[in-house]
Amino acid sequence: MTLISRRAALAGTAAGAGLIVAGCSKITGADALTGSAGFRRVLAAAEGWTRHTQRFLLGGGQLAPQYNPADLSPNFKSNGTSNPGGAEYDGHAARNFVDWRLVVDGMVAHPLNLSLAEMRALPSRTQITRHDCVEGWSAIGGWTGVPLGLLLKAAAVVPAARYAVFYCADNLDGEPVKGGEQSPGQYYESIGMADAFHPQTLIAYAMNGAPLDIAHGAPLRLRVERQLGYKHAKYVRRIELVDDFKAISDGKGGYWEDRGYEWYAGI
Amino acid sequence: MTTDIQAAPMRPAAGPRRDTIYRHAFLVRLTHWVNALAIFVLIGSGLNIFNAYPRLNWGKKGDMFDHAWASLDAVQTAAGMRGVTTVGPFHFDTTGFLGWSKADGDFTARGWPQWLTIPGSQDLADARHWHFFFAWVLAINALIYLVWSLSSRHIQRDLWPTGGDVKSIPRSILDHLRLRHPVGEAAKRYNVLQRFAYLALILLVAGMIFTGLTMSPGFNAFAPWMLDILGGRQSARSLHFIFASLVVAFIVVHLIEVVLAGPINEIRSIVTGRYAVPREHGR
Repeated sequence: MTLISRRAALAGTAAGAGLIVAGCSKITGADALTGSAGFRRVLAAAEGWTRHTQRFLLGGGQLAPQYNPADLSPNFKSNGTSNPGGAEYDGHAARNFVDWRLVVDGMVAHPLNLSLAEMRALPSRTQITRHDCVEGWSAIGGWTGVPLGLLLKAAAVVPAARYAVFYCADNLDGEPVKGGEQSPGQYYESIGMADAFHPQTLIAYAMNGAPLDIAHGAPLRLRVERQLGYKHAKYVRRIELVDDFKAISDGKGGYWEDRGYEWYAGI
Repeated sequence: MTTDIQAAPMRPAAGPRRDTIYRHAFLVRLTHWVNALAIFVLIGSGLNIFNAYPRLNWGKKGDMFDHAWASLDAVQTAAGMRGVTTVGPFHFDTTGFLGWSKADGDFTARGWPQWLTIPGSQDLADARHWHFFFAWVLAINALIYLVWSLSSRHIQRDLWPTGGDVKSIPRSILDHLRLRHPVGEAAKRYNVLQRFAYLALILLVAGMIFTGLTMSPGFNAFAPWMLDILGGRQSARSLHFIFASLVVAFIVVHLIEVVLAGPINEIRSIVTGRYAVPREHGR
């Protein structure tokens, strides 16, 4: 090869690579593919593979890593709703949530209806854990609360129940449902029984030793430490035990799930 | 070098045909293309995911209140919005490309531009679906390749450098800089820099999977020691990005070498397996 043809070859490579890169989404038709229902189902299969693999690997109920007080984030980012607002919630906040009730019902033998004071009187667990947002950032916080498994045992969950659904006081409307109409913006979440009875899964009422503040979910929030941040529902007022969540809201098991995110958020 | 001519099969000296060898086994060709597709999608969807939090922190934790060693920001200045790329103490104005670029005709704050991401529109949920599906494809493909390559001794025989290879490093570097490619007998085997490059890619893909899994809160509960090795989840995220950048560097060099060494012959060899050995006086 002569030098000139080498130069031409280099220029050709650069142009070719540029073309490939420049047309990334156009050449692959990525946007068109993303809009296709059949292709979406293919991609969604990976969530099942991940969930089954992690369920298998985490069969022993392994704990999420715990951290030291020195690791605490000085400024734990508040994401999603930072204040649910509205007359009802504002009224609760003004009275320090003394009248807030947590209802546990659905597929249980003994429904519960607990005040904040009653929750604080129950056996508690304190843990310092890392909160991973689906966006990519992480913050470390200390949480104190009642293990959810304890509440579910007290309520005597019936064996056919498969999910715990958390209904929240915050409304995050504005984001349309994936491929559909705007669904009610009421925040809700759901987890399976393996995570519901996991020892680190808490209904937390305190953060870093102080009562939970409004930005972080006052007065009660979920901690489900082996999953991403959007699973950790804030402002929880009702836990319903169900065998199926298809009839709830848009049917995907959570506010962000209805907007295209994975129900199993272990990755 | 007369040895090349002697090594070639006996043919009429003036004949235009070249010595053709069967260079790439079927499994190498198959896994090469699956790998190429998976990495292409993983880079594009990875950049879309990156845009949801276009900063890189180091350590166990990191959010917008913590120090970022690199970031792609949209910054309000006296001259209007600008895209600012920060790496360590250095700031670069990257308006139009990084931080602040056009999407669907309008300027918008986004780390990586629309034309580089999969999907093009900023959509974390969809990008994650693309990313994790093709992460499975990458991992299964890599496993098949590794098991086959080790058991058939492809890695030991064709990729692991011999003593002679190691001695030839300085000359091979000079040859590469002069854009001079091996011919004849020497072209039938991978040269030493090629061997290091392919071995490095195997390590990089392993590193991508390792750092990717370390970002998973579920996997952290199963294997917390991975966090300890990497120095925390945000370190894992930074390393995931750095390794991906090295994969991109590999791809650039790989494509340049394919073009320089004769793109038709090279591409044919990774499609059909047949490779025409360049002769000393081939032109």
